[in-house]
Amino acid sequence: MNAQDTIPAPAKPAWLDPSAKPFIRIDAVTKQFGPFTAVNNVSLDIFKGELFALLGGSGCGKTTLLRMLAGFEQPTKGRVFIDGQDMTDIPPYERPVNMMFQSYALFPHMSVEKNVGYGLKHERMTDAQRKDRVKAMLDLVQLTPLAQRKPHQLSGGQRQRVALARALARQPKLLLLDEPLGALDKKLREQTQFEIMNIQEKTGITFVVVTHDQEEAMTLATRIAVMDQGEIRQTGTPTEIYEFPRSRFVADFIGSINLCDGTVNRTGGGKAVVACEAWNAEVTVACDDALSVGSKVSVAVRPEKIAIDRHKPASGLNILAGKVMDLGYFGKDSLYRVKLQGNTLVRVNRVNERRASEGERVADWEDDVYLSFDPSAAILLRE
Amino acid sequence: MAGIAAPGAAAAGPESELPAGKGFMVWLDRKAWRDFIVAIPYVWLLFFFLLPFFIVFAMSFARSLIAIPPFEYNAQWPYIVFDNYERLFTDARYLQAYLISIFNAAVATVLCLIIGYPMALGIARARGAWRNILLLLVILPFWTSFLLRVYAWIGLLSNNSWFNRGLTSLYNTVFGVFGTINNVPMMNTNFAVVLIIVYSYLPFMILPLYANLEKLDYTLNEAAMDLGSKPWQVFKDVTLPLSVPGIIAGALLVFIPASGELVIPTLVGRADNPMIGRMINDEFGLVRDWPMASTISVALLVLLVVPIMIYNNMAMRAEGARN
Repeated sequence: MNAQDTIPAPAKPAWLDPSAKPFIRIDAVTKQFGPFTAVNNVSLDIFKGELFALLGGSGCGKTTLLRMLAGFEQPTKGRVFIDGQDMTDIPPYERPVNMMFQSYALFPHMSVEKNVGYGLKHERMTDAQRKDRVKAMLDLVQLTPLAQRKPHQLSGGQRQRVALARALARQPKLLLLDEPLGALDKKLREQTQFEIMNIQEKTGITFVVVTHDQEEAMTLATRIAVMDQGEIRQTGTPTEIYEFPRSRFVADFIGSINLCDGTVNRTGGGKAVVACEAWNAEVTVACDDALSVGSKVSVAVRPEKIAIDRHKPASGLNILAGKVMDLGYFGKDSLYRVKLQGNTLVRVNRVNERRASEGERVADWEDDVYLSFDPSAAILLRE
Repeated sequence: MAGIAAPGAAAAGPESELPAGKGFMVWLDRKAWRDFIVAIPYVWLLFFFLLPFFIVFAMSFARSLIAIPPFEYNAQWPYIVFDNYERLFTDARYLQAYLISIFNAAVATVLCLIIGYPMALGIARARGAWRNILLLLVILPFWTSFLLRVYAWIGLLSNNSWFNRGLTSLYNTVFGVFGTINNVPMMNTNFAVVLIIVYSYLPFMILPLYANLEKLDYTLNEAAMDLGSKPWQVFKDVTLPLSVPGIIAGALLVFIPASGELVIPTLVGRADNPMIGRMINDEFGLVRDWPMASTISVALLVLLVVPIMIYNNMAMRAEGARN
């Protein structure tokens, strides 16, 4: 091992380095099933060591894209490159890629040990090496005591770990995970999430995860591609996707958000003033680039970035008056649904930082309240 | 009156909260009805299998007689004779008939498996609409009389048929230098028996295999392929082992009836080397030796069917323990 390998990841991630060579290049790939276009002209670069998530609702094409990386589907158009090699026409059994299936697809007639060792049958290695590798994999997922069990004798979480060990055993260049946590209950999901991240760090293998669960994507991934109707809507780090969505779709898909259509009234000083009909207000939003007066835009504000108070703030922009219609108390935070004068509901999330009994709440049902947010908290969307 | 009161008492639990109009449904839903329905096949088996078999079993210990009925039991204790069983094990004809039956049935089963497995797999992997059409094609021959189909085969195989003449001229053209033949002798051979058994019983192999293969999760094949197995290795490692229950079911459905087959060997088989079914038929009808016919039947059941059923039961139990 030379010294360079042990240097921690550079401060600047690979996707921001224009000279970095992508490990996986999906080049203008289209996949059609009869008249239906599952994946439409998608191009994507994924870098070595990334934990990349393909996020989208059902039928958005994310699984088809994953299956094209595995080799189970052939692109109708476009090419797929892995580690610089054109893999488009290579069958799945000759790709340096392994997949963890959503249903795990464990062989029911083989023991845990045999399942994990199955992929090694085709590797050029001695029996002793094979045995060692299986043992190492079982140790990695902490299943050594269950090596002789059959899959039906395992719990869901254990099966998931067998599937992971089996997919890792051949030390693939790329590991594909199809809804890896989909079948697990909530507590197990959290634990497994971190386990997967640890394993990814330990092995250094590039992971591509398909998921419909935005929370899962946000915690797991280094970068996320949000997909819709066969197209990628936005690619970015979880923070970029959450805080700087580029379209109404992405803003609405990730987390919860208050959206309002409007027209630009004035611009200047890095800010734009937008007339929002539904909110019955003029809203000031931070905006870097030039916007022409009169253009149609949407203003989006995350519920947790809005302040709520019974008293009108003495100063500041973006103050909206309304009435509390609904209050959801979750313990650590509360969700208020506030009806503005324009009859639109706005969601506000507030952390309950103070211990307060029911009568001492910031706001209660039917209270008249004032909402406010900073111009930098709002997002201006043109799509 | 107590009999009428009992259902009311039974319904005193949560059932009593049902609206009165549902009374009939409650009555229909009672557990006794379920027991009754479950009992029907057992009663059927008792009257139409177990009881007749017992009669046959009892008859195998009698002596044949030219009278009506054509048998009698020994007049003294223990009233039964073992003459028939003695004959069964000493007369080579019977042993030979068993051997030829098992041989023909085994060859036919293996051939059915070799032909039927790819067909079943093909149907199971076909797309929705195609699948139904292909399945229909497998079942379609059943819509014609079985006997008619065997006669159709006789029409093809007999020495003067266009098929036989065609084969003959083909042989003479290709192998004419080694000497010409007048026809290809196919009728009244074991070949014809096996051929027509394979033809007739093929659906019984295909259908259980299809039912099994169709249930297999195709992601398992993808997983094996993903782990580096080429298509034939995927078949060997995944599809084949997981279809063993289907193979066993299909093989039993072909082997058991084929080993006792009567019509096919009678119509196209060798008279001097009969299969066991024909032997039973001849003893019963021609010779009118009912006790001997019974003895052969009992032996067929005990020697062949019982071991197979026990093995099958064990295999199913092993299968059940796995799933």
